[in-house]
Amino acid sequence: MLELHDITAGYDSRTPVVRNVTLTVAPGEAVGLLGPSGCGKSTLARVTALLHRPDSGTLLLDGEPVRRWRHRAPRAHRTVLGVVFQQPRLAADPRLRLTDLIAEPLRATGRRDEIPHSVGELAAAVGLTPDLLDRRPHEVSDGQLQRACLARALVLRPRWLICDEMTAMLDASTTAALVAAVENYRAASGAGLLAVGHDQLLLDRWCDRTLHWDDLAVGAKTKPDQPTR
Amino acid sequence: MTCDSAAEPAWRSYGTSRRATRAVRVRVSAALVAATVLAVLLVPPLVQLDQQAVDLSAKLLPPSWAHPFGTDDLGRDLLLRCVYGLRVSLLVGVVAALAATVLGTAVGVSAGVLGGWVDRGVMRVVDTVSSVPHLLLGIFIVAMFRPGVWPVAVSVALTHWLSTARIVRAEVLSLRSRPYIDAAVSGGASRWRVAVRHLLPAVLPQAALAAVLMVPHAMWHESALSFLGLGLPTHLASLGNLIQGARGSLLAGQWWPTLFPGLFIIVPTLAIAGLAGAWRERINPRRRSELML
Repeated sequence: MLELHDITAGYDSRTPVVRNVTLTVAPGEAVGLLGPSGCGKSTLARVTALLHRPDSGTLLLDGEPVRRWRHRAPRAHRTVLGVVFQQPRLAADPRLRLTDLIAEPLRATGRRDEIPHSVGELAAAVGLTPDLLDRRPHEVSDGQLQRACLARALVLRPRWLICDEMTAMLDASTTAALVAAVENYRAASGAGLLAVGHDQLLLDRWCDRTLHWDDLAVGAKTKPDQPTR
Repeated sequence: MTCDSAAEPAWRSYGTSRRATRAVRVRVSAALVAATVLAVLLVPPLVQLDQQAVDLSAKLLPPSWAHPFGTDDLGRDLLLRCVYGLRVSLLVGVVAALAATVLGTAVGVSAGVLGGWVDRGVMRVVDTVSSVPHLLLGIFIVAMFRPGVWPVAVSVALTHWLSTARIVRAEVLSLRSRPYIDAAVSGGASRWRVAVRHLLPAVLPQAALAAVLMVPHAMWHESALSFLGLGLPTHLASLGNLIQGARGSLLAGQWWPTLFPGLFIIVPTLAIAGLAGAWRERINPRRRSELML
């Protein structure tokens, strides 16, 4: 289970962006989190991905409380969560070719021997052709770059996937392809998903249940995890 | 339509004339830098002349075909002395600039990556060192060693890494919060790996530019220290030494022993600065567009 209990987080402790949010994702479950822009969804996603320390509250990864964030978090905690960010341009190091971008987590965790096999397999899974893999981020489109970013998030075979507005910048066909790639991975691996977005139609069709930000944030203590359908 | 055709040529000629000026400036600078480097590298081994050869019968001769830059008060050929002096000054400049840049980049990246109290502590040290005038601190460092090329280079390097450290740290701080660093952290990268793989390559162009811009500055510092009699020993021709030695003859109306070493400082340093400026505009096109406005 991926459990967030009573999480309060933000960039200034006097005015937190996320207030008392409680949320759980079961293994294999897809949870959508719906909210208007600027409400704090992305901050919650960053807390869940161990990238931002919350001001208060607990995060349990398979029952084990997380005490440290970012570099201080144990590598095993960080790599069990895969993250896809909203803007692929900002989420990709402009100096790396797409193949190095996808392989970077394997290099960082000392698993170089898996690179040839994993990169080829994932590139095919997200729909990247071999000629695109030799290009740098400025030589590909946003959609192609987001495919590479999804492949990078999947390369360590995470048990939890966090997609923060993964398809907000993309056209319908790329959105469909990316969602299909995520679903194929989840079907094969049984990974849980937290999909953050503001497109209700998409989240309703993609996820097992969709939570509204307002229900989470305001009445979190009285009605946690209110499903909308 | 008429409005377009009237407005466009004016805008265009403005842009193209600027571009043409820049191209000329870059070519002239490149030619001068090439000439300097060739002179410094080729003249001493090819021309088997002794720059220290004293000829008292030919002392303080004005420029002529035999001595294009004239001779100094000991009858030594000034052209040869200037080339040898440039060689020493350039060596000090390049070594000091490289050392200062390596030190500054290392300090800036560490402070930016580690953050927190390390960052605060390191930057207070930087502030403290920069609050002492460079020349004064340089004199203090030089005075601790016997005169020579290396003490001068060390003194210039130790007083000039601060600005590079500041630039690099600021750059690292702005890069550190980018999502691609988040992605690297999430992918299991250690602090060291984030610094070496993602942050250092991103700041290297800035650091290299700072190094090139520092070469002329370091040459000026070497000349200043030598002029004050604290830099290189007087028998070793450096541009600062040459000017220092020629002060007396300037008052007697002999202008050439001061003018030519002075030009040898000014021209190469302006040429290097011109090339570095063009490079800066190239790696930072936004700055160029801002300048155009």
